[in-house]
Amino acid sequence: MIHASLKQLSALLAEQKTSSVELCTEYLDRIAALNPTLNAFITVDRDRTLAEAKIADARRGQGEAGALLGVPIAHKDIFCTEGWLTTCGSKMLANFVSPYDAHVISQFKAAGMPSLGKTNMDEFAMGSSNETSYFGPVKNPWDLKAVPGGSSGGAAACVAARLAPAATGTDTGGSIRQPAALCGITGLKPTYGVCSRYGMIAFASSLDQAGPMAGSAEDCALLLNVMAGFDSRDSTSLQRDKEDYARDLDKPLQGLKLGLPKEFFGAGMAPDVAQAVEAAIAEYRKLGAETVEVSLPNMNLSVPVYYVLAPAEASSNLSRFDGVRYGHRAADYGDLTDMYERSRAEGFGAEVKRRILIGTYVLSHGYYDAYYIQAQRLRRLIAQDFIEAFKQCDVILGPTAPTTAFDLGAKNADPVQMYLSDIYTIAVNLAGLPGMSLPCGFGADGRPIGLQLIGNYFAEARMLNVAHQYQLATDWHSRTPEGL
Amino acid sequence: MLLTNEDILRIARLARLRVTETEAAQTGEQLNGIFKLIEQMQAVDTNGVAPMAHAQEVYQRLREDAVTEPNRREAFQAIAPQTEAGLYLVPKVIE
Repeated sequence: MIHASLKQLSALLAEQKTSSVELCTEYLDRIAALNPTLNAFITVDRDRTLAEAKIADARRGQGEAGALLGVPIAHKDIFCTEGWLTTCGSKMLANFVSPYDAHVISQFKAAGMPSLGKTNMDEFAMGSSNETSYFGPVKNPWDLKAVPGGSSGGAAACVAARLAPAATGTDTGGSIRQPAALCGITGLKPTYGVCSRYGMIAFASSLDQAGPMAGSAEDCALLLNVMAGFDSRDSTSLQRDKEDYARDLDKPLQGLKLGLPKEFFGAGMAPDVAQAVEAAIAEYRKLGAETVEVSLPNMNLSVPVYYVLAPAEASSNLSRFDGVRYGHRAADYGDLTDMYERSRAEGFGAEVKRRILIGTYVLSHGYYDAYYIQAQRLRRLIAQDFIEAFKQCDVILGPTAPTTAFDLGAKNADPVQMYLSDIYTIAVNLAGLPGMSLPCGFGADGRPIGLQLIGNYFAEARMLNVAHQYQLATDWHSRTPEGL
Repeated sequence: MLLTNEDILRIARLARLRVTETEAAQTGEQLNGIFKLIEQMQAVDTNGVAPMAHAQEVYQRLREDAVTEPNRREAFQAIAPQTEAGLYLVPKVIE
C-alpha cells in the first residue's frame, strides 16, 4: 500500500479493504525501520498516531465519508500541534510541547487525517539543506551522501522514502519546492494568504506560506482542499470563496501558453538540469502547449532582496524567544539582559544568529532606508515583472533548483553559496505567487531533478492541471529510490 | 562597506545575543560576504517606486470588542522555565 496515491488509499478505506489503524501501523513500521538512517522525523509517537487513527475509523464506521478521512500525514515541526513536541528544528524549542494547534493542523484533524509525527527541518526554516537542524541533518533517500534540500527536508525525504503518503511543508524562499525537487516529489506553495499562518512558527511573515508535499499533483490538490481557507486569527488570511483545487485536473492542455523566462535559462543551470527541463518543455509541446519567451529582468536581484527582507522580519519575529514564558533558558545568568543574551546565544544555532544579526543591522538607525526600504522597492519591481510576464502566458515554467542535490557538507562553509541554491524560487515568494515543483528526470549522478511551475495569483487549480497532465504522460513522479 | 568587530558586538547587543570577541571575528567575515551579495541592490535606481511591504493589498480587519479566548493560564505556564503563584519569574529588575 505504500506506493498508493491518496485517492487510492481513500478508496481502499471507503471499500473497507483497509483501516486507518492498519495504514498507520504500516507507515509507523516503515518509520521505525528507516528513520534511524534518514533522520526525517524529529518526533514519532505511535500511541498518539494510533489513537487518532482509531477516531478516524470510528468516524468512517458512523457513515462519514470525507475524501481523506483516515489517510495519515506527517507534519513539519514548524506547525504547533497540541500535545506534541514542536521544536522548529531548534534547541530553543527542544522542550516545547505546544498547548494549541495551528490552523492548518486543525483543518487536517477535522478532515480526520492522523498525524504520523513531526518532520525534521532547518532551524526556524532557515536553510536549504536541512543541515542547520539542531536534531541533525536529514539524508536524501535517493543517495544517503546527499542533502534532501531545505528547509522542509524531513517532509520531502519522508514522502520520497514512502514513510508517509503526504506531508505538510512551509515555503518562505523555496522551502517546499527546492526539497521537493531534490527528493523527487511534488510540492506546492500556494498564493500568499491562501493558508492560515496561525500556529505556524513565524520566520518572515510577509513571505511564509504553508503548502502540501506528496507523490503527485493530484494528491497535492486534495491536500490543498483541506489546508486552504480563511482564518480570522491570521491578519493576512484572505477571505475568498472555498474552491476545489482538483476541479481542472483533467482539462486538456491544448492552447496553453507556457512562459519561459529567459533569465531562468542562462548560465547557472547545470547541463543535466537544463536537459531535463528542455525534455519537459518538449513533452508539453506534444500535449498541445505553446511556449513563449518572457522576461523577468529583475530576477537576479531576488536573492539580495530576500536576504534583507527575510532576516529583517526574522529578527523581529525571533525576538519573542527570550527564555521567559517558554523555550530554552540558560542555566546561569546574572541580570535580566544577561538572561536574555545567554538564553538566546545558547538556544539559537549559527545560521539563525547570522540572520538575526543581518536583520537587526538593516533595520537599525542609519541603515533602514539604504537596505530595508531599497529592498522593498526592488520587491515591487520583481513582482511587476511577473505581472507583465503573465500578460503573455498562463503558467511560467523553469527549473526549481540550479543543480541536483549536493553532497552533505558541500556548502556549509559558505553561506552565500547555500543561499544561491534558491535562486529560481525566491522571486515567487517576494511576489506572493503560487509555485510548485514536480519531478522531471534524473541528473548525471542519479539524483532527481525538479521542474518548477509558477502560476498567476490564485491560479493554483490551473497550475495543478498543468502539472497533472504532465504526470499522466510521464512517470518520473512514480519512481522511488531503490533499496528503501 | 565592511563590518568591524565593534559593529558586530553592537548589533549583537541590540539583538540580545551574547557574542564573544572570537565569535565576532568569525561572524564578521561571513556577514561581510553576505553584505557583498546584498550590495548588488544599490546599483538599481528605484526613485519613484513605492516600497512593497506585502504580497497582497490587505488591511487590518476589525472585529467586535468581545472576549474570544478562554483563560488557559495553567496550560501556558506548564511549559514556562520558572513560575510561581501564576506569575512568570525573571531576575529582579526594580530594586
